[in-house]
Formats: sequence, C-alpha cells, structure tokens
Amino acid sequence: MMEVISVIIAALFTENFVLVKFLGICPFLGVSKKTETAIGMGMAVTFVMAIASACTWTVNHFLLERFSLEYLQTIVFILIIAGLVQFVEMFVKKTLPSLYSALGIYLPLITTNCAVLGVALLNVQNGYGFMLSIIYGTFAALGFSLAIVLFSGIREYIDENNVQESFRGFPIALVTAGLMAIAFTGFSGFSI
Amino acid sequence: MSEILLPIAIVGGTGLLFGCLLAFASIIFKVTKDDRIEKIEQTLPGANCGACGYAGCSAYAAAIVEENAPLSCCSVGKDPVAKKIAAIMGKEAEKVEPKVARVLCAGTSGVAENKYEYYGIQDCVAEAKLAGGAKACPNGCLGLGSCVRACKFGAMSIVDGIARVDESKCTACGACLKICPKHIIVFVPLENKVWVPCSNTDRGPETNKYCKAGCIGCKICEKTCPVEAIKVINNHAVIDYEKCISCGLCADKCPKKLIHKSNA
Repeated sequence: MMEVISVIIAALFTENFVLVKFLGICPFLGVSKKTETAIGMGMAVTFVMAIASACTWTVNHFLLERFSLEYLQTIVFILIIAGLVQFVEMFVKKTLPSLYSALGIYLPLITTNCAVLGVALLNVQNGYGFMLSIIYGTFAALGFSLAIVLFSGIREYIDENNVQESFRGFPIALVTAGLMAIAFTGFSGFSI
Repeated sequence: MSEILLPIAIVGGTGLLFGCLLAFASIIFKVTKDDRIEKIEQTLPGANCGACGYAGCSAYAAAIVEENAPLSCCSVGKDPVAKKIAAIMGKEAEKVEPKVARVLCAGTSGVAENKYEYYGIQDCVAEAKLAGGAKACPNGCLGLGSCVRACKFGAMSIVDGIARVDESKCTACGACLKICPKHIIVFVPLENKVWVPCSNTDRGPETNKYCKAGCIGCKICEKTCPVEAIKVINNHAVIDYEKCISCGLCADKCPKKLIHKSNA
C-alpha cells in the first residue's frame, strides 16, 4: 500500500512529468491558452496514458522480455501507442459521441506525445507490475493535467495584463513555465 | 540468423496486427455521415465567423441537414450561398436581406471631449472598465480598435479616433457588435441610406457640453418624417428601418447636420 502511495506522490509532484521531467512540453505550451482546452487535453492524456501503460506493459512482459528483445522497446511502444490512439479514437467516435466531442480533437495530438512514450519506458525502467504501471500512468497524466491547468490559468491572467511588448506571447509563457518548474523543485526529496 | 528474424517477425507482426485491427475498426466503427453535410460545408465561405449562430461553418452545415436549421443564416455568403445550399437540400431558399454594421458615433477626436487621459492597455474593453472609458460621452466610441481586431474581413478601421465600417467589405457577421463594450455598433439594412451616427443618452444641454456631434433630442426629425419612422428614444434619434423610406428629409432638417445620408 505504501508503495502505491509513494508512486502516486512521485507521479503527481516530485517527478511531475512536465515540470520536473520535462516530458510533454509541446501540448503544455501549445494547448494552454485557455483553461477549458487545457482541461480537455488533460483528460485526453489521462485516458490515453492509462490505456497505453496497460498495453505496453503487457506486450513488454509477454513478448519482448520473453524473447529478450528489450532493445526494441522504443520502436514497439511507439507502434502500439500510435495504433492504440487511432483505434480508441474510432471506438469513442462510434460508441460515445459526447466523449468524442469533448476529447476528439485532442486525441490525434497525443499520438506522438513524448509523455505517453515516456510513461511506457519509465514503467519498464522502474520495474513496476501491471497494476502499478496503470496507477503510475494514470497519476503521471494527472500530474500533467495539474501542470497544464495551472499554467493555462496563469496564462489567461497574463493575457489580461500589460506585458512589455518584447515579452508578449510565448516569451512570457516560457518565463512562466520556468518559474513553475522552479516552484516544483520544492517537492524534490519529498517522499513517504 | 534467429537474432535477426525474430525481431523482424515481432515488430512486423505487431505492425501487421495493428494495421489489420485499424482496417477492421474503420469498417466496424464507421460513422455514417450524410454527404450533403460535406457538400454544404464546401459551399459555405469557410470564414467560421459564427454569425449564423453556430460554432462554425461545419457546425452550421450539420445543423442544416440534421436539425432543419434555416438555409439563409449565412450573412457572409448572402443570397448566392443560400441558393446553392437550397439546391443541395432540394428546398426553396429564403431571401437574405443584406445588412451592414454601422458605428453609431460621430465623436471624432476634437469633436468629442475626454474626461480623462487614458494610458492603459490599448483595448476598448479594458478602457471601458475604467469609469466607462475616457470619452466624456457615456455612449461614445472609444476608438482603441477592439472591433478592428475582431473583424475577420478587414472592414473596420479607426479614422480620426472613432471606428468606421467599410460597407463594401462588411459581411454582417456581428463580431464587432459582440466585442464593442459600448454596444454602439448595430446592424442596418444595406439598402437603407439614412442613419443617425449617435447613441448618446444624456439630455441635450448636457450633450452639448462635451460633444459637437451629439444628438440633442430636439425632435425636429420626428416632426419632419412623413412616415413616422424616426423617433427620439433615450435622448437620441432612432430610425425604425421597417418604416423608413430613405427620403432623407430628416437629414436636411437636422439642426446639427448630424443625420447621415449617403448618396448611392
């Protein structure tokens, strides 16, 4: 039980994917102009990362490790994630139209998101079991959502303010992201 | 040999498996979409301005086919587009009355006075939050161009400190109406040539103190109008465009030479 809690804390704060590990920076900067879209992106990433953790763990355990082909992890995981996201998109479009209209436009964006590949590889590196992999995947994605939603809130606030012209737009966003990352280093060394 | 063949088989096999899975899924999970939606979408201008009341051109196209939405909501494409949509749907097109946006203010810099100097963010919405904006007139154009930035068709411009509409470019999408914090931009039928460029709500003597181009509500136009189309409401003249015949008599009689009569 303690292991699960410490994995959750690590995934959310001490090893936050965006602000500590610097994974998934592209959507973090690209889809964070409005809180509404940031929440949508966060939900889509959570959804995909949970499923991807389960699938990649299964393939890794029953296929790659068995034939000692661990060096193929990266390429096989990318293949699985890309195929999976496409499949999930079609499935959701047909069966859950309301969920599709909420997540639809974000799903294809995540196909090559390094955070998704990152979680698959980290699960293997850390030697997590099946359940722990899913938990780590889910909470790492929630950590991503936490970071992107906080960031979008700050960006909305900055947009209302009179920023120096040379800093307007992306420069001030990058400064903000840097400051947030520094703030998150406050969590480092924090463990149960 | 097996060191090479096995990885090839595994990666190739996984790829093939996912390929087949996706191929099957695309058949099983195919969402049948009415091909009329796509046709209408191509007919629409693609400006995604939202003037029709839907989220964008594709949303409007879907609404026409699935929810029986009116065919003539597109104010950008106007009549030609409505006719094409009607042809696709096999229905009669309703007539689109061409409209144009007009800024009901003539208080150019020098004509209308300011009550304070504004140095904040160069945006009307921000300025309006500070005691209603710098203009002494409670309903004057602030002239910082929020509408210019909102316009997707380049029809708005700031001339002499107030917003002006280029009627040849205006598509009546309504983006400027929504953004204007003073609510002084309105839709007017394009055919109508007479309009009152003022929306001041203060009484005459008050208005005269800060604006040389303000309507003082003298009601001469009201008495002149042969069809009772112009009325003084809230201390400024308002034209009822359903009655107005564009004769221009009110414009000739206006003591402040305020009422606008374009010659076309």
